Parts: sequence; structure tokens; C-alpha cells
Amino acid sequence: MSSTLLLPVTGIARGHQTSFEINHATREPVWLRRMVVAIALLFFGVFLLMPLIAVFVEAFRKGIGLYWQALLDPDALAALRLTFIAAVIAVPLNLVFGVAAAWLIAKFDFRGKHLLITFIDLPFSVSPVIVGLMYVLVFGVNGWFGGLLQSWDLKIIFAIPGIVLATVFVTFPFIARELIPLMQAQGREEEEAAIVLGANGWQAFWHVTLPNVKWGLIYGVILCNARAMGEFGAVSVVSGHIRGLTNTLPLHVEILYNEYNFSAAFAVASLLALLALVTLSIKSWVEHRAQAAVGAH
Amino acid sequence: MFPKKPSQLFKASLLTLAVAASGAVSGAVSAKDIRLLNVSYDPTREFYQEFNPLFQRYWHERTGDDVDIRQSHGGAGKQARSVIDGLEADVVTLALAYDISAISEHTGKLPADWQSRLPNNSSPYNSTIVFLVRKGNPKAIHDWDDLIKPEVEVITPNPKTSGGARWNYLAAYGYALETHQGDEEKAREFVSAIYRQVPVLDSGARGATNSFVQRGLGDVLLAWENEAFLAVNELGPDQFEIVVPSVSILAEPPVTLVDKVADANDTRAVAEAYLAYLYSPQAQRLAAKHYYRPVLPALADPRDIARFPTLKTFTVDQLFGSWQQAQQVHFNDGGVFDQIYAP
Repeated sequence: MSSTLLLPVTGIARGHQTSFEINHATREPVWLRRMVVAIALLFFGVFLLMPLIAVFVEAFRKGIGLYWQALLDPDALAALRLTFIAAVIAVPLNLVFGVAAAWLIAKFDFRGKHLLITFIDLPFSVSPVIVGLMYVLVFGVNGWFGGLLQSWDLKIIFAIPGIVLATVFVTFPFIARELIPLMQAQGREEEEAAIVLGANGWQAFWHVTLPNVKWGLIYGVILCNARAMGEFGAVSVVSGHIRGLTNTLPLHVEILYNEYNFSAAFAVASLLALLALVTLSIKSWVEHRAQAAVGAH
Repeated sequence: MFPKKPSQLFKASLLTLAVAASGAVSGAVSAKDIRLLNVSYDPTREFYQEFNPLFQRYWHERTGDDVDIRQSHGGAGKQARSVIDGLEADVVTLALAYDISAISEHTGKLPADWQSRLPNNSSPYNSTIVFLVRKGNPKAIHDWDDLIKPEVEVITPNPKTSGGARWNYLAAYGYALETHQGDEEKAREFVSAIYRQVPVLDSGARGATNSFVQRGLGDVLLAWENEAFLAVNELGPDQFEIVVPSVSILAEPPVTLVDKVADANDTRAVAEAYLAYLYSPQAQRLAAKHYYRPVLPALADPRDIARFPTLKTFTVDQLFGSWQQAQQVHFNDGGVFDQIYAP
């Protein structure tokens, strides 16, 4: 059908154009195309690029000396360290969980499967502030386990464990969500073949499943890490905002901003922006590699 | 962390050496590292940033011990909530007495009569509520009545979470009570009219100041006097000016020890000294420098004192009975504020 539709215009085909563009009916006037591109670029420039540049301009406004001073401030370093601790614990935990959950959901049938998928999505739909409050209600001094924790002299809320817990919760779905559709699309045939050929479950997973989802997995880890380091709302509720002790980088930015210390606030913010840029470039590199891998198949 | 630790280690080892050398090994003082957490409200950031090193030096000279003082700032109501939920503050320095009483009530971590433990109702510094307007006062705002003019937008934080906001509210209410000879109905109408002009309620005083100063929202900011001075002097004398109303409230931000936390952390002595030091000449001077009205003005720099305008003030106890009563009637769930404020 489509070939008969395209037949009359093939005569005026011009080298690089696709058959879609050659069709008169689908070709837009030049001005319209340029306008759409211009609008897209303008939007990108005003809403994404300019604020990003503004962060760096503000950060360096008072000179590079003050910039370094803001980053090397003991409280900033403590915030940086805490941010890394939270990410270093949250990402591997969610990696193990995400892979296990995706493997379970994509390769097996069981009762309550859809319920599990829904629960994995829960952190996406709950506001981060509520997540923080939930932990306060459960682990706070007046919470369910408050008395128990106190008798053991364990501190969760307003201490590092609370921050890690909140981070784990909000970054929970990233890796699983990345892997589930990928594993489902790949089906079970390859694993079944491996089992038939005598592989055990672990071998089938290690030699067949994992290589197939490698790029999706890396992609999920990157997103998970970016969110873990940038999380504000949930962490803000459970942090207690003690300078140099329970402040993560995003919270430290807020404190500096509230102290009218704008250059320092933007200096620390630029660190987070840089992190985002690095994440983005790794992400596009991974996407590129993944596509190359698909092409090679 | 980096610059501090080695020097502390160095000092500690020097001290140990000195002690060992003098032969007074048994029962001698050895330098301890003590941690103190001060949970405070929003606008005291700058003051405590300078006060803490001052106290550290004082304490080191007195005892040889080094104190590591940590600060946490936020809306006073929110901060009190955090302490109730388990934030381990050795001392609290909050915006109003009720929030500290709430900690005492809910946790029993400090006695109910905490406010009589330190001079002047446990407030080492006072403040009041004034107006901050844009340069030239384009909307001609001179007193409380001007706030309800239809074209005026008022910025004030949320009384549910911010101590400063509660002072703002009570100042307006008290003004109306005084002008209408104590007519509660008229006062309620007046305050209700003010809140109709408020486009956004921030959760803390610093957030409200940022809304007004940085985001350019509103025509007038109801602010702590110290916060207003800070905004004018730090952020632009050419952009803002302070308007002093005919009458306002005497705000008394109190400080106290959280007994059970301090005892558990073994910090009672240093925490008590920390609070007492707030009444010292050095601290009173510093308070005046940061635009707080020191309770012992004779100890402060007269030039700093001269910056404070004189105005008629009333106290919470005079017009509202006590903070407990004011809180119950006005700010608790279903109170007057809930009845008059419809966003």
C-alpha cells in the first residue's frame, strides 16, 4: 500500500531525503520548519542553558579565590562527604534490589507480580517531603520504634542513617524501572536455551541475562546516582540541618543562600551542576555504546 | 575539618606534654573535645556565627577544653518540632517562649519553669517588628493602617511554622486592639484584612526576607528589626528602607538548656556557661552589632545602640496573657488564624 502511495513522487527524489520528506503531503514549508526549530532552540536556551550558565557566572562573580574557598570550607567538605556516603550506600543497595526485582518480574510468573511492580513505582508517586515525614513518624523519638531505638542508643532521624534511608527510598525505582522493560522485551528464550544446554540458574543469569542488559543497567545506575546526590526534599526533613554534620550538598546550598552568601551558594551549586553535566555525558556515551551494541547484533 | 583537626591535636598533645612535664599527672585536667549543638531560629545565623568562636576562646581559656559548636537554623516552630522528634540539641535559642514550652510539654526534656532560670525571662536580647519597604517608600506605608490599603502587597511568613510570623501577627493584632480600645472583633477584622494582602506565606523569616529582597515580591515586609537592618545594610541601602510603626511588640527570643540531652551528652556545665555567656559584655556588644537590642544596653557600643529607633512597645503578657494563651487562641488548629486565613 505505501509503495503505491509513494510511487508518483519517486521521480523527483533528491539524494539525501527520506521517502517521508519527499512526499508532498508531508513536506512542511521552509518557514514553518525553521520556526519550529527556532522555538525549540529558544526554549532550550532560555529555560535550560541560561540558568545553567547563570550558576557558573554567579559562582565566579567574586573571583576564583572565593570560589575555591567556598568549596574547601570545612562545612562544604563535610556536606560533600555526606553526599558521597549517601550515594555510595544507596546506589549498590538499589543495584542489587533492582536487578533481583527485574529478573524476578521479567523471567518468572507468580501471584502478586503486578502488585510488586506497583510498589516499585511507589517512590516515584510519593512526594519526597512525605517520604521524610514517614521516616520521622516511624523512627523519630515519638515514632513507632522511637523508644526501642532510644533504649539501644541508636540514632536514625537527624543523623546519617536517616539521610541514607531517605536517599535509598527515593532512588529505589531507578534501576529496576530501567531493567524491567528491557528484560521483558528480550524474553526468556535465551535463558531457556542456556538451561536446556545444562547451565544452572546462576550461570544463565551471569552469562546470558546480565550481558544482555549491561547498558540498561549502567544507565540505571547513572540516573540513580544523580538522583541520590541531588535529592533535597526527603533528606531535608530528616536531616536536622546541623552544619558540618548532617548537611548534604543540596542542603548546604540552601543554607548558604539563606545566609546571603550567594557566591558560595552558587559555587557549591556549580559542583552539583558539574556532576549533572558529567552524568549527562556518561549517559549519552552509554546510549551511544548501547546503540552500537544493538547494531552489531 | 581539615584545618581544624591537626591544630586541635597539636594543642591537645602540647597540653598533655605540659601536664606530664609538671608532674601533675594524676587528677590533672586533660583537654576534652566537647560537642555542643545549638538549635536556633532563622535570623540568628550571623550572630551565632560570631558568638560561637568568641565562646570557644573563652571556654578554652577557662578550662583548657575545646568546644565544637554546631548550629542548626530554620523556622522556630519547625526547629522545636525537630527537637521534639529527637534532634539532640544541648541548648535551644528560639524565637519565642511557646516553642520552648512545647518542647518541655511534649518531651519533658526540660522543666516547665525553664523561663525563670536565666535573667530577663531567659532572653539575652530583644527585638521588635518593623516594616521593610522599597526605597523611597513608593506605596507611602507609614503605619499598620497603611498595610490594608488595597494596592499594598504584604510579605510575612507562616505563623504555623515561623516564630517571627507569630510576632508579626501579634504585633498587628495588638496595634488593632490598642486603636480600637480592646475590641477583639475589630482586631480580628484588621488582621484578617492584612492577611488578604499576603500573596505567599514562607515557612521561615529568612525565606520571607528572600521573597521580598531577592525575588522582588510584595511592597512591604513585616520583619524582625534585626532582619530588616541586615537586609538594608547587607543587601542594599539604595534599595530598601525601614519604616518604624507607631507601636509594635516587644519580641523576646528566649534561650535555654535542654537538660536531659545535656546530661546524656555530659555537656551541662559547658552548655550552661554558653547560655550565661550570652549576657556577658562581649556577647551583648555582639548582639547590638547584629541589630539585636541587648537587654544590658550599657554593656554595648553606644553607637550601635543609637541605631535603634525608639518606639512604643507592648509585650505578649500585657495584651494576650501569656504565650501559651496566645498560641492556644490564635495559632493552634482551629484558632483565630485558621479562621481568618483563607489562601
